Amino acid sequence: MESVTPSNIFKDRGAASSVGRAGQDWKYKFFSYLLLTMISFTMIVPFIWMLSTSFKPEKEILRRNVFPVEPTLENYNEVVYRTDLPLWYKNSFIVAVLSTVSVAFFDALAGFVFAKYEFPGKRPIFILFLTSLMVPTEMLLIPWFIMSSNPPIGGTWVDTYWGIAFPGVITAAGIFLMRQFMQGVPDELLDAGRIDGVSEFGLFWRVAVPLSLPAIGALCIFNFLGNWNAFIWPLIATTRSEMFTLPVGIQQFSSEADTPWNLIMTGASLSVLPLLIVVIIFQRYIIEGIALTGLKG
Amino acid sequence: MRKLLAILALGVIVLSLGAVAGAQDDMVEIEYWQYNFGARVDAMNMLIEQFEAENPGIKVVHNSDIPYADFRTELAASAPAGVGPDVVTLFYGWIPAFVDAGYLVPLPEDPFSEEFILETFSPMVANSKFEGSYWAIPTAVRSLALFWNKDIFEAAGLDPESPPATLDDVVEMALATTVYDGDMQDVLSITQQGHAPALASQDHHWFREVLIRQYGGAPYSDDGRTVTYNSEEGCAAFSWLAAFETEHVTGSNDILDGATNAFVNGESAIHVDGSFRVGTIARNNPDLNYGVAELPVGPNGEQHTFGSYWTHGITRRANDDPARLEAAVKFLQFITTPEAGTLWVNNVGELPAQLSAASDEMILADPILGPFSAGLAYSHATFFVDESAQRQVLIDAFDNIRLGGMDPCEALDEAAALEQELIDNFWADRE
Amino acid sequence: MQRKHTRKSSSFHMTLARKKIVWAYIFLAIPIVFFAYIRIYPTFFAFQMSLHDYNPLAAEQPFVGFENYEKVYEELSKRKSTTKAAFRNTISYVALGVPIQLFLALAIALMLNEIRFMSTLYRILFFLPFVTSTIAIAWVFRMLYQPRFGLFNIILQLLSLPQQPFLTRPQQALPSVLALVIWQGMGFAVIIFLAGLKQIPRTYYEAAEVDGASRWHTFRFITLPLLNPSIVYLLVLQTISFLRMFAPVIAMTEQGRGGPLDSTVTVVLQTYREAFQSFNMGYASSLTVVLFAMILGVTIIQLSVTSRRIN
Repeated sequence: MESVTPSNIFKDRGAASSVGRAGQDWKYKFFSYLLLTMISFTMIVPFIWMLSTSFKPEKEILRRNVFPVEPTLENYNEVVYRTDLPLWYKNSFIVAVLSTVSVAFFDALAGFVFAKYEFPGKRPIFILFLTSLMVPTEMLLIPWFIMSSNPPIGGTWVDTYWGIAFPGVITAAGIFLMRQFMQGVPDELLDAGRIDGVSEFGLFWRVAVPLSLPAIGALCIFNFLGNWNAFIWPLIATTRSEMFTLPVGIQQFSSEADTPWNLIMTGASLSVLPLLIVVIIFQRYIIEGIALTGLKG
Repeated sequence: MRKLLAILALGVIVLSLGAVAGAQDDMVEIEYWQYNFGARVDAMNMLIEQFEAENPGIKVVHNSDIPYADFRTELAASAPAGVGPDVVTLFYGWIPAFVDAGYLVPLPEDPFSEEFILETFSPMVANSKFEGSYWAIPTAVRSLALFWNKDIFEAAGLDPESPPATLDDVVEMALATTVYDGDMQDVLSITQQGHAPALASQDHHWFREVLIRQYGGAPYSDDGRTVTYNSEEGCAAFSWLAAFETEHVTGSNDILDGATNAFVNGESAIHVDGSFRVGTIARNNPDLNYGVAELPVGPNGEQHTFGSYWTHGITRRANDDPARLEAAVKFLQFITTPEAGTLWVNNVGELPAQLSAASDEMILADPILGPFSAGLAYSHATFFVDESAQRQVLIDAFDNIRLGGMDPCEALDEAAALEQELIDNFWADRE
Repeated sequence: MQRKHTRKSSSFHMTLARKKIVWAYIFLAIPIVFFAYIRIYPTFFAFQMSLHDYNPLAAEQPFVGFENYEKVYEELSKRKSTTKAAFRNTISYVALGVPIQLFLALAIALMLNEIRFMSTLYRILFFLPFVTSTIAIAWVFRMLYQPRFGLFNIILQLLSLPQQPFLTRPQQALPSVLALVIWQGMGFAVIIFLAGLKQIPRTYYEAAEVDGASRWHTFRFITLPLLNPSIVYLLVLQTISFLRMFAPVIAMTEQGRGGPLDSTVTVVLQTYREAFQSFNMGYASSLTVVLFAMILGVTIIQLSVTSRRIN
């Protein structure tokens, strides 16, 4: 990866590329900071507007003030107590957790098998899994909808947690990622386990999984984010307000006759804020996870 | 041994079939679905309670959880599984599509004979007759009327108690009540609208069934299969409507959060809408000082309005089981009586579909409901084959004028061709 | 099971290899069922539906052969149609969105790579939009774009610039939607570029400096070629994601119709409306098959480009 050279050891990364350019270097840095600050500003302005509007009383919405003149918590009160938003929260959370747990387990297990086992049909099965990556989910929405309304088990999957979550309980990309990672698990370790009488599942659970935790962690975070923000399938798979997820609920705030901007901004704030906090706490992990998963693909 | 088992099994089957049949004799359960609209749900719950008291053998399961936007999707999700409603409430403009899919069955001649329907119900109900059968029957109907903001009228020096009576009045009063920010008299500078044409809400109906007729034209041929609004008269009517935005610059649906919201929020002087908007105002801006009047008369002195209704049909599912079908017909009969219509107007604010209830003196004298009710006598309901697509055609034509600078007659020609294609495709599939 | 049992009694232990094979199948059983039933079967089902006049409300779904595809072709050959607009707009989103987004992200990544102080803060800020719900943030942008009471027009007024209609005019609507999508997805591309930049060996830059190469030359002849894997990866990924655009348009346009005058509608939005609002599921399926072909085309181009590079 990064080659070790004297300049690398003695100087920090930023300075490394700037030896002997001190003259123009400060100019370059100055403009970098200036531009980056300006762009950062455009990145946060929409969030500030969203929050600011969520504290505006209804009569101030159509006025031209950026910040509320008479700030109020009435919108939060209304959204929490007089809409189904708390239920949408619960639903989003349940769906995201369920599918993340399932993805972590099954993707890791399948990745482990493809990395560490030889068996007849391995290649065709792996290809079968990977081809599903080529098919856009949009093509499957209509078949899934028909399958959900008349499934082999259960009366209907429409308006159930399973119905919202089922397309994403195992992912091909995750299996691929886990396979790459599990290939790094030393065979000697597994064989030693076998000699000690550890079961095959025990090898997965107690040897391979602990060694792959960083990758599993990254997979979990992305899967959780993806499910929390998922929109098109939950929109189709739910029809009753008490089963909506957050994005579906926010979309339904506006009706033919009415766009309650203050409530929409409040709902948006409530859906975005916890995620922002999580991201700020885990940012290093997430950013490294993206670089990791992204460059492998 | 094997024979004995077979006989036993047969016996069990016969017995259980008997038990099922017996249970059905005792109690028939039917499902009724409508979309979630608070006042209508409450009114229907009252009707169901009365119905069940009168018919102890029938239980009606009322599903009203589904929001408007998802209602048809949910019906579609229930159909392949063979579940869903026995009686369903649909917008009248959707009926042809549901008939086309084989989802609805015709109303039985007994008790819903054509004679009975024609003499009992508002004439617009005939719109649900199609290929020789009636497919649905409503409890209540709605019509369009003119809303005006009395405070804005007063501030502009107009008489707050005289709403526009003619189309010329509308233009004049709209101009008098429009306020701009600064010197620029363009759409984006308007801070208070005189009148904003909004095809996406009710103005496409106003144009289709009212303005064209008032300019001496006709929107469709008598059998509803040919578009005729791309005439000289249609073009004059469309130009009149478009001029509010392009020429008089008294408003636009793009600003102030849409024409409907602008009126509800007290930022628009004149607005055409249905009786259902009364409830929106009561909820969102109860202090609004407004009045309701019959739609203004046109150049030919005629009065017209557009009528529409949510209407109840019987599904294929009910038809598959004689006991449920019988119960469904009974229920349908019960919720379309004049008594049901009266209960409806008192709780929902929609007008009774039955002639006897609609000509009620109390309703006509009501300052808000009266103008809508008066309109029932001269109302027209469009025969839509695909209401949302046909509406979109006119929205696009209007946008072509105001956004694309197209000539109104040309835009209307294009719309007529597109709408004709929709109608032709529908009938081509049927034949 | 039967056979396994016999073997067990004859040789007492399965050989290790055999045991591993059995366990591999056991471990894969649920994923195989999942992929077969939830991924592969619906793919064929979609093809099959596209050959039927499929209406979920109807009792029967008549077979119509390639009629739906003929209809796609007919709609595309019309002077004006929503389907045609959907394809045209989708291509515009890709053609404008991908290069602009990658260009901005690369510029930001290059600047971020040069600085240390506050670089974590900047990275978090650029990354925040990417993790927020598209629907939520699209509604925020829809409000920002509003005439009169939207922030952008408030700012324009403060600067004494003319008010802009943004989402309400066909000429401005698509770029307005696109701006949101670029804004939201940029942080992801920045992170990928930064990771790519980190992998470039520092010795190359030092050699360039010794040779007295200018900043531009260093970028042109070292950074850009060595960043190629990241660029190709992002090109494909972002192209596919722009091809699949749906949520921003349904949230930002009047009643989710992709207007005004079909100026923002996308293939996926049109599919959704045909399938779930008009119940023309056969026709909608044929549209998704076309979308599938487009995405497959992009993927194949990617594979051929990457394999050529490896060779």
